[in-house]
Amino acid sequence: MDRNRLARQVALQKQSLFDQGYIDQQFIQVEELQDVSSPNFVEEIVTSYYQDTSRLIVNIEQALERRPLDFDQLDRYIYQLNGRSTSFGARKVIAEGALFREYCEAENAEGCKTTFQQLKTEYATLKRKLEAYFQLARQARLAETASRPM
Amino acid sequence: MENGFSSPRSESFPAGLRVLVVDDDPTWLKILEKMLKKCSYEVTICGLAREALKLLRERKDGYDIVISDVNMPDMDGFKLLEHVGLEMDLPVIMMSVDGETSRVMKGVQHGACDYLLKPIRMKELRNIWQHVFRKKIHEIRDIEHHESFEGIRLSINGSEFSDDCIMFSGEDLTSFKKRKDFQNKYDERDYGDHSSTKKHRVVWSVDLHQKFVKAVNQIGFDKVGPKKILDLMNVPWLTRENVASHLQKYRLYLIRLQKENDLKASFGGIKHSDVPSKDTSGGFGLQSSIHTNQNDVANDRDQFSGSNFYGQDLDAKNHDGDREEIVLEPKPDSKKPLTADVPDPQDTRCSQMSFDHSSASLGSDVNYTEFDCSIPKQYPWSECPEVQSKQEHKLLLQLEDGFSQQLPCVPQHYIEIDQLQSGRDISSPIKNEPVLVRCKSHRESHISPKETAIDDFSVQPKSLTAYHQSFEPSSTAISSMKPQAVDLSCITDLESCQRNLISPTDSTFPPFNEDLTVCWLQGDFLNKNFGLPNMEFADYSDHGFVADIPVHLYDTLTSDYECPYDPTEYPIVDQGLFIL
Repeated sequence: MDRNRLARQVALQKQSLFDQGYIDQQFIQVEELQDVSSPNFVEEIVTSYYQDTSRLIVNIEQALERRPLDFDQLDRYIYQLNGRSTSFGARKVIAEGALFREYCEAENAEGCKTTFQQLKTEYATLKRKLEAYFQLARQARLAETASRPM
Repeated sequence: MENGFSSPRSESFPAGLRVLVVDDDPTWLKILEKMLKKCSYEVTICGLAREALKLLRERKDGYDIVISDVNMPDMDGFKLLEHVGLEMDLPVIMMSVDGETSRVMKGVQHGACDYLLKPIRMKELRNIWQHVFRKKIHEIRDIEHHESFEGIRLSINGSEFSDDCIMFSGEDLTSFKKRKDFQNKYDERDYGDHSSTKKHRVVWSVDLHQKFVKAVNQIGFDKVGPKKILDLMNVPWLTRENVASHLQKYRLYLIRLQKENDLKASFGGIKHSDVPSKDTSGGFGLQSSIHTNQNDVANDRDQFSGSNFYGQDLDAKNHDGDREEIVLEPKPDSKKPLTADVPDPQDTRCSQMSFDHSSASLGSDVNYTEFDCSIPKQYPWSECPEVQSKQEHKLLLQLEDGFSQQLPCVPQHYIEIDQLQSGRDISSPIKNEPVLVRCKSHRESHISPKETAIDDFSVQPKSLTAYHQSFEPSSTAISSMKPQAVDLSCITDLESCQRNLISPTDSTFPPFNEDLTVCWLQGDFLNKNFGLPNMEFADYSDHGFVADIPVHLYDTLTSDYECPYDPTEYPIVDQGLFIL
């Protein structure tokens, strides 16, 4: 019972994340790579992402403090961040990142700063939501395993 | 980093395809690794471009394909692409989050066989084996072409036939060999066996080539045949096919040289106007790079010389005036047939080279391509002598042709280069390998010039460097092509060579005259320390042609692209190379 309920909850939550535009099809692609050897693969990927990009975020923030702004450098940073964000379909973060890149190309300092704030918000929000999702998914998997006949 | 290259592919292709993934993004590396494993491929992941190159060089036949991101912290992805294409001749797939046409085009120009956009899906990865397969097919075709040609000639000469060659018709031979070779190639590949006895993988070192030439001369060029040569050479591990293939190339080389000579005589010098001195973004990849290298002997790059070649360094140094002289003489048709064959034996290479070089007198293109096929992909020029041999082989092949006939004016270029270059000292030891011309040139040119940083890869430049040294050229990929390998003793073997040999006393070359070609032949070059690979052609500024030469070398490679291949131009390079 519990197992089924949990499984349903997981599915619903995932659907909700999709509907709200937090994640896209790539998330499913990565999820499909999960198997017996790596049942938490998506979670591993997302964890790796946040670890790897945390420094990038800080770098961009610092770069935005400089006067004048080095748009080339900013562009390089955001290019890196965008690449990583595509790994599991962090849709909103990607969207903000693309916008940021446009402002860099246009050398619009204000646009860059504003967009970056939005990006950071999306970045943090997604992290929270995914953490909740993964927790639920783990619970569901545990329930699944527990209920299996020995 | 996972190491998956050691095991041979035991399952049927494409399962077990050995993929090297290079990306600074650890997240994507994990995903790609998982995806590729699901495709039953053998995956090795790597977070740094330099590390990847190291892996590739350590195990030249350890991978079938490379997938790399364009944006790497330690090296530009395109540079890596060039290196891989030149040194290892592996298909390379680029990845990026950015799908801008200009970037994609740049990738193609640098030799990428595909360009994937992130996020990458499984189905895209499933198909990557096609690139490996395609390359093999092309290689086989190229080799066959040579073999079939050889076969036809043999039949004409009435000399011995190889057991597995059906000599009566080119087509028969081709189809037969194609089946056989492809199977051989694949089987061999499976076990990672790339010993010299492997078909078409012989490394024609200077010594070996010398033996070959000696044998040819002994028999008499007209009566020569692979079996006779093989018997005379007395090299146990060498097969008749190896010799046949080499002879083919040698003949073509000579024909080319002859034509060049004729042309030279008529034009009184080569005008190389095509070579664009500066070319950005590798449009002229080779050309530019060559020019650049030559001119700029800058060893500051620690990257793969290839990249330099590609015009990153394009430097305005080359002086058009001078270059004009070197210009590769357009090769008349001798090369044509060859070019045809080489669709893109080495896709990556060719693509790189081909960029848009307009001028590239690609005459030598053909040659290169041909050679490429038969010669192991890697350009051995990097510090190992034997590695070089492969390259050299190529060059030799090129040169050889020239040798048997009188040395074409090509050397002139070289000579010029030397003169121009004033005494740059190339520090890297140069192997005496004959300038394995063409093949190397292309590749090497790319690579070599800037090889400084890349130790391993010195292949190319070496050949070039060698050349330079004699001429005191420090740069010039071209030079390396030639002289280096020039082994005087080899030359002496060839009557015609002797005529044209000019003893190139280090850098004192007589004004260009047809006889100069010999210059490189001089043994001096051979042992000089050419600073190879990086074709530091510092003093090139005047050597217009130097630049040219490489260009055409590249051109050959680009044969599969529509490079305006101007055969006539190529010859020059070839000659230099064969000086054995």
